[in-house]
Amino acid sequence: MRHLYTWCGILLVVSFSVVGDVTMSRAMKQVGDLHALRRRFGIGTVVCRIFSNSTFFVAVAAMALSFFSLLFSLSWGDVSLVGPAAASLTFIGNAFAAKLFLREKVDRRRWMAALLVAGGVALLAG
Amino acid sequence: MTFRKYLVLAGVTVFAAAGDSMLSQGMKQVGNISFQNIGSLLLAVTNPWVAIGIVLLLAFFASYMNALSWADLTYVLPASSLGYVLLALVARFALHEQVSPLRWAGIALISGGVGFVAGGPSVTHHPDVGSASSARDPGATSGNAGAGPQKQQQVRLATGGKP
Repeated sequence: MRHLYTWCGILLVVSFSVVGDVTMSRAMKQVGDLHALRRRFGIGTVVCRIFSNSTFFVAVAAMALSFFSLLFSLSWGDVSLVGPAAASLTFIGNAFAAKLFLREKVDRRRWMAALLVAGGVALLAG
Repeated sequence: MTFRKYLVLAGVTVFAAAGDSMLSQGMKQVGNISFQNIGSLLLAVTNPWVAIGIVLLLAFFASYMNALSWADLTYVLPASSLGYVLLALVARFALHEQVSPLRWAGIALISGGVGFVAGGPSVTHHPDVGSASSARDPGATSGNAGAGPQKQQQVRLATGGKP
Protein backbone atom coordinates (compact mmCIF):
# COMPACT_ATOMS: atom_id res chain seq x y z
CA MET A 1 0.00 0.00 0.00
CA ARG A 2 2.87 2.33 0.86
CA HIS A 3 4.42 1.55 -2.52
CA LEU A 4 1.17 2.64 -4.21
CA TYR A 5 1.12 5.91 -2.22
CA THR A 6 4.72 6.59 -3.25
CA TRP A 7 4.00 6.15 -6.95
CA CYS A 8 0.80 8.23 -6.67
CA GLY A 9 2.93 10.92 -5.03
CA ILE A 10 5.52 10.73 -7.83
CA LEU A 11 2.71 11.00 -10.39
CA LEU A 12 1.40 14.11 -8.61
CA VAL A 13 4.87 15.71 -8.51
CA VAL A 14 5.42 15.05 -12.22
CA SER A 15 1.92 16.29 -13.18
CA PHE A 16 2.18 19.57 -11.25
CA SER A 17 5.75 20.08 -12.41
CA VAL A 18 4.83 19.61 -16.09
CA VAL A 19 1.81 21.93 -15.74
CA GLY A 20 4.04 24.52 -14.04
CA ASP A 21 6.76 24.38 -16.71
CA VAL A 22 4.36 24.42 -19.66
CA THR A 23 2.24 27.28 -18.32
CA MET A 24 5.35 29.27 -17.38
CA SER A 25 6.68 28.80 -20.91
CA ARG A 26 3.33 29.94 -22.33
CA ALA A 27 3.21 32.96 -19.99
CA MET A 28 6.70 34.08 -20.96
CA LYS A 29 5.96 33.70 -24.68
CA GLN A 30 2.84 35.86 -24.15
CA VAL A 31 4.90 38.51 -22.33
CA GLY A 32 7.62 38.53 -25.02
CA ASP A 33 11.43 38.61 -25.04
CA LEU A 34 12.26 40.04 -21.59
CA HIS A 35 15.62 41.48 -22.69
CA ALA A 36 14.13 43.36 -25.66
CA LEU A 37 11.22 44.62 -23.53
CA ARG A 38 13.55 45.85 -20.78
CA ARG A 39 15.76 47.72 -23.26
CA ARG A 40 12.77 49.39 -24.85
CA PHE A 41 10.43 50.12 -21.93
CA GLY A 42 12.48 49.60 -18.75
CA ILE A 43 12.40 47.01 -15.98
CA GLY A 44 9.20 48.44 -14.41
CA THR A 45 7.17 47.67 -17.53
CA VAL A 46 8.59 44.13 -17.70
CA VAL A 47 7.60 43.47 -14.07
CA CYS A 48 4.12 44.96 -14.67
CA ARG A 49 3.57 42.78 -17.75
CA ILE A 50 4.67 39.63 -15.96
CA PHE A 51 2.46 40.30 -12.94
CA SER A 52 -0.54 41.23 -15.09
CA ASN A 53 -0.36 37.86 -16.86
CA SER A 54 -2.78 35.38 -15.25
CA THR A 55 -1.01 32.34 -16.78
CA PHE A 56 2.09 33.30 -14.79
CA PHE A 57 0.18 32.87 -11.52
CA VAL A 58 -1.20 29.49 -12.65
CA ALA A 59 2.41 28.43 -13.31
CA VAL A 60 3.64 29.62 -9.91
CA ALA A 61 0.72 27.85 -8.17
CA ALA A 62 1.44 24.60 -10.04
CA MET A 63 5.15 24.82 -9.17
CA ALA A 64 4.29 25.38 -5.50
CA LEU A 65 1.93 22.36 -5.56
CA SER A 66 4.69 20.30 -7.19
CA PHE A 67 7.06 21.27 -4.37
CA PHE A 68 4.57 20.31 -1.65
CA SER A 69 3.74 17.04 -3.46
CA LEU A 70 7.45 16.27 -3.46
CA LEU A 71 7.61 16.86 0.30
CA PHE A 72 4.67 14.48 0.87
CA SER A 73 6.09 11.88 -1.52
CA LEU A 74 9.38 11.96 0.35
CA SER A 75 7.52 11.22 3.57
CA TRP A 76 6.01 8.10 1.93
CA GLY A 77 8.93 6.80 -0.11
CA ASP A 78 12.72 6.72 -0.23
CA VAL A 79 14.49 9.76 -1.62
CA SER A 80 16.57 7.44 -3.85
CA LEU A 81 13.36 6.41 -5.64
CA VAL A 82 11.26 9.59 -5.48
CA GLY A 83 14.01 12.04 -6.55
CA PRO A 84 15.29 10.34 -9.73
CA ALA A 85 11.86 9.01 -10.77
CA ALA A 86 10.19 12.41 -10.46
CA ALA A 87 13.04 14.29 -12.21
CA SER A 88 13.34 11.79 -15.08
CA LEU A 89 9.60 11.47 -15.71
CA THR A 90 9.27 15.28 -15.65
CA PHE A 91 11.74 15.55 -18.57
CA ILE A 92 9.76 13.03 -20.62
CA GLY A 93 6.39 14.55 -19.60
CA ASN A 94 7.56 18.02 -20.57
CA ALA A 95 8.57 16.83 -24.03
CA PHE A 96 5.08 15.36 -24.60
CA ALA A 97 3.28 18.39 -23.12
CA ALA A 98 5.37 20.92 -25.06
CA LYS A 99 4.54 19.11 -28.31
CA LEU A 100 0.83 18.88 -27.48
CA PHE A 101 0.07 22.18 -25.79
CA LEU A 102 2.84 24.57 -26.90
CA ARG A 103 3.06 23.26 -30.48
CA GLU A 104 6.83 23.00 -30.15
CA LYS A 105 8.65 21.07 -32.82
CA VAL A 106 10.01 18.16 -30.78
CA ASP A 107 12.15 16.46 -33.41
CA ARG A 108 14.29 13.34 -33.05
CA ARG A 109 17.17 15.44 -31.72
CA ARG A 110 15.06 16.83 -28.84
CA TRP A 111 13.52 13.43 -28.02
CA MET A 112 17.04 11.98 -27.78
CA ALA A 113 18.11 14.88 -25.55
CA ALA A 114 15.10 14.42 -23.23
CA LEU A 115 15.65 10.64 -22.99
CA LEU A 116 19.41 10.93 -22.43
CA VAL A 117 19.01 13.61 -19.75
CA ALA A 118 16.22 11.64 -18.05
CA GLY A 119 18.40 8.50 -18.02
CA GLY A 120 21.41 10.48 -16.83
CA VAL A 121 19.48 12.06 -13.96
CA ALA A 122 18.19 8.63 -12.90
CA LEU A 123 21.77 7.27 -12.84
CA LEU A 124 23.17 10.33 -11.03
CA ALA A 125 20.58 10.33 -8.28
CA GLY A 126 20.28 6.55 -8.04
CA MET B 1 21.95 32.22 -30.42
CA THR B 2 23.86 35.21 -29.11
CA PHE B 3 26.46 35.32 -26.35
CA ARG B 4 23.86 36.94 -24.06
CA LYS B 5 21.50 33.98 -24.52
CA TYR B 6 24.24 31.47 -23.70
CA LEU B 7 24.92 33.59 -20.60
CA VAL B 8 21.24 33.34 -19.56
CA LEU B 9 21.31 29.53 -19.96
CA ALA B 10 24.55 29.43 -17.94
CA GLY B 11 22.76 31.50 -15.28
CA VAL B 12 19.89 28.99 -15.13
CA THR B 13 22.42 26.17 -14.68
CA VAL B 14 24.76 27.80 -12.17
CA PHE B 15 22.19 29.61 -10.02
CA ALA B 16 20.08 26.44 -9.59
CA ALA B 17 23.07 24.29 -8.64
CA ALA B 18 24.58 26.93 -6.32
CA GLY B 19 21.20 27.75 -4.72
CA ASP B 20 20.44 24.08 -3.98
CA SER B 21 23.91 23.58 -2.50
CA MET B 22 23.59 26.65 -0.24
CA LEU B 23 20.11 25.60 0.93
CA SER B 24 21.35 22.08 1.63
CA GLN B 25 24.31 23.41 3.64
CA GLY B 26 22.06 25.82 5.56
CA MET B 27 19.37 23.26 6.39
CA LYS B 28 22.02 20.87 7.73
CA GLN B 29 23.01 23.60 10.20
CA VAL B 30 19.39 24.42 11.08
CA GLY B 31 18.52 20.78 11.79
CA ASN B 32 15.28 18.85 11.45
CA ILE B 33 12.00 20.77 11.21
CA SER B 34 8.78 19.04 12.30
CA PHE B 35 5.13 20.01 11.88
CA GLN B 36 4.95 20.56 15.67
CA ASN B 37 7.74 23.10 15.42
CA ILE B 38 6.82 24.80 12.14
CA GLY B 39 7.89 28.24 13.47
CA SER B 40 11.52 27.18 13.20
CA LEU B 41 11.04 27.20 9.43
CA LEU B 42 10.87 31.01 9.60
CA LEU B 43 13.97 31.10 11.77
CA ALA B 44 15.78 29.02 9.14
CA VAL B 45 15.61 32.02 6.78
CA THR B 46 17.90 33.94 9.14
CA ASN B 47 20.65 31.38 8.55
CA PRO B 48 23.15 33.06 6.13
CA TRP B 49 23.48 29.94 3.94
CA VAL B 50 19.69 29.63 3.61
CA ALA B 51 19.35 33.37 2.89
CA ILE B 52 22.03 33.26 0.16
CA GLY B 53 20.44 30.08 -1.21
CA ILE B 54 17.05 31.80 -1.49
CA VAL B 55 18.62 34.81 -3.28
CA LEU B 56 20.41 32.46 -5.72
CA LEU B 57 17.18 30.51 -6.37
CA LEU B 58 15.38 33.79 -7.09
CA ALA B 59 18.18 34.58 -9.58
CA PHE B 60 17.64 31.10 -11.09
CA PHE B 61 13.91 31.77 -11.43
CA ALA B 62 14.56 35.14 -13.16
CA SER B 63 17.04 33.49 -15.58
CA TYR B 64 14.62 30.62 -16.22
CA MET B 65 11.77 33.03 -17.05
CA ASN B 66 14.12 35.03 -19.28
CA ALA B 67 15.21 31.89 -21.15
CA LEU B 68 11.60 30.74 -21.65
CA SER B 69 10.72 34.15 -23.14
CA TRP B 70 12.86 33.45 -26.23
CA ALA B 71 13.44 29.67 -26.31
CA ASP B 72 11.35 26.49 -26.36
CA LEU B 73 10.75 24.57 -23.13
CA THR B 74 12.17 21.42 -24.77
CA TYR B 75 15.37 23.39 -25.49
CA VAL B 76 15.77 25.14 -22.11
CA LEU B 77 15.27 22.08 -19.88
CA PRO B 78 17.92 19.78 -21.40
CA ALA B 79 20.30 22.68 -22.05
CA SER B 80 20.15 23.78 -18.42
CA SER B 81 20.50 20.24 -17.03
CA LEU B 82 24.28 20.65 -16.99
CA GLY B 83 23.69 21.78 -13.39
CA TYR B 84 23.48 18.11 -12.37
CA VAL B 85 26.90 17.55 -13.94
CA LEU B 86 28.23 20.69 -12.25
CA LEU B 87 27.07 19.45 -8.84
CA ALA B 88 28.70 16.05 -9.36
CA LEU B 89 31.99 17.68 -10.45
CA VAL B 90 31.94 20.01 -7.43
CA ALA B 91 31.27 16.99 -5.18
CA ARG B 92 34.22 15.11 -6.71
CA PHE B 93 36.87 17.80 -7.06
CA ALA B 94 35.97 20.43 -4.41
CA LEU B 95 34.39 18.30 -1.70
CA HIS B 96 36.52 15.21 -2.53
CA GLU B 97 33.48 12.90 -2.42
CA GLN B 98 33.55 9.53 -4.17
CA VAL B 99 31.66 9.52 -7.49
CA SER B 100 30.73 5.98 -8.52
CA PRO B 101 31.11 4.69 -12.11
CA LEU B 102 27.30 4.67 -12.37
CA ARG B 103 27.25 8.42 -11.66
CA TRP B 104 30.00 9.06 -14.21
CA ALA B 105 27.78 7.21 -16.69
CA GLY B 106 24.92 9.55 -15.71
CA ILE B 107 27.17 12.57 -16.30
CA ALA B 108 28.09 11.20 -19.73
CA LEU B 109 24.40 10.69 -20.65
CA ILE B 110 23.41 14.22 -19.55
CA SER B 111 26.35 15.75 -21.44
CA GLY B 112 25.29 13.77 -24.51
CA GLY B 113 21.73 15.04 -24.16
CA VAL B 114 22.90 18.63 -23.87
CA GLY B 115 25.11 18.15 -26.92
CA PHE B 116 22.12 16.84 -28.91
CA VAL B 117 19.86 19.79 -28.12
CA ALA B 118 22.58 22.47 -28.29
CA GLY B 119 23.20 21.77 -31.97
CA GLY B 120 19.58 22.49 -32.94
CA PRO B 121 17.44 25.63 -33.11
CA SER B 122 16.38 27.18 -29.79
CA VAL B 123 12.84 28.12 -30.83
CA THR B 124 10.14 26.61 -33.03
CA HIS B 125 9.32 28.77 -36.04
CA HIS B 126 5.77 28.24 -37.23
CA PRO B 127 5.73 28.80 -41.00
CA ASP B 128 2.17 30.18 -40.95
CA VAL B 129 3.05 33.13 -38.72
CA GLY B 130 6.80 33.44 -38.76
CA SER B 131 7.68 33.04 -35.09
CA ALA B 132 6.77 30.82 -32.16
CA SER B 133 5.66 33.63 -29.90
CA SER B 134 3.54 35.36 -32.49
CA ALA B 135 1.80 32.03 -33.19
CA ARG B 136 0.04 32.47 -29.87
CA ASP B 137 -0.26 36.21 -30.35
CA PRO B 138 -3.09 37.13 -32.70
CA GLY B 139 -2.43 40.86 -32.37
CA ALA B 140 1.06 40.47 -33.70
CA THR B 141 0.08 38.31 -36.63
CA SER B 142 -2.88 40.14 -38.13
CA GLY B 143 -1.67 41.50 -41.42
CA ASN B 144 1.94 40.69 -40.63
CA ALA B 145 2.22 37.10 -41.76
CA GLY B 146 4.62 38.09 -44.52
CA ALA B 147 6.57 40.63 -42.46
CA GLY B 148 10.16 39.99 -41.42
CA PRO B 149 11.16 38.91 -37.92
CA GLN B 150 12.27 42.47 -36.99
CA LYS B 151 8.89 43.95 -37.95
CA GLN B 152 7.08 41.21 -36.02
CA GLN B 153 9.26 41.84 -33.00
CA GLN B 154 8.38 45.56 -33.14
CA VAL B 155 4.68 44.74 -33.34
CA ARG B 156 4.97 42.29 -30.46
CA LEU B 157 6.78 44.89 -28.34
CA ALA B 158 4.23 47.57 -29.12
CA THR B 159 1.27 45.37 -28.27
CA GLY B 160 2.91 43.78 -25.25
CA GLY B 161 2.13 40.36 -26.68
CA LYS B 162 -1.60 40.93 -26.19
CA PRO B 163 -4.33 40.70 -28.82
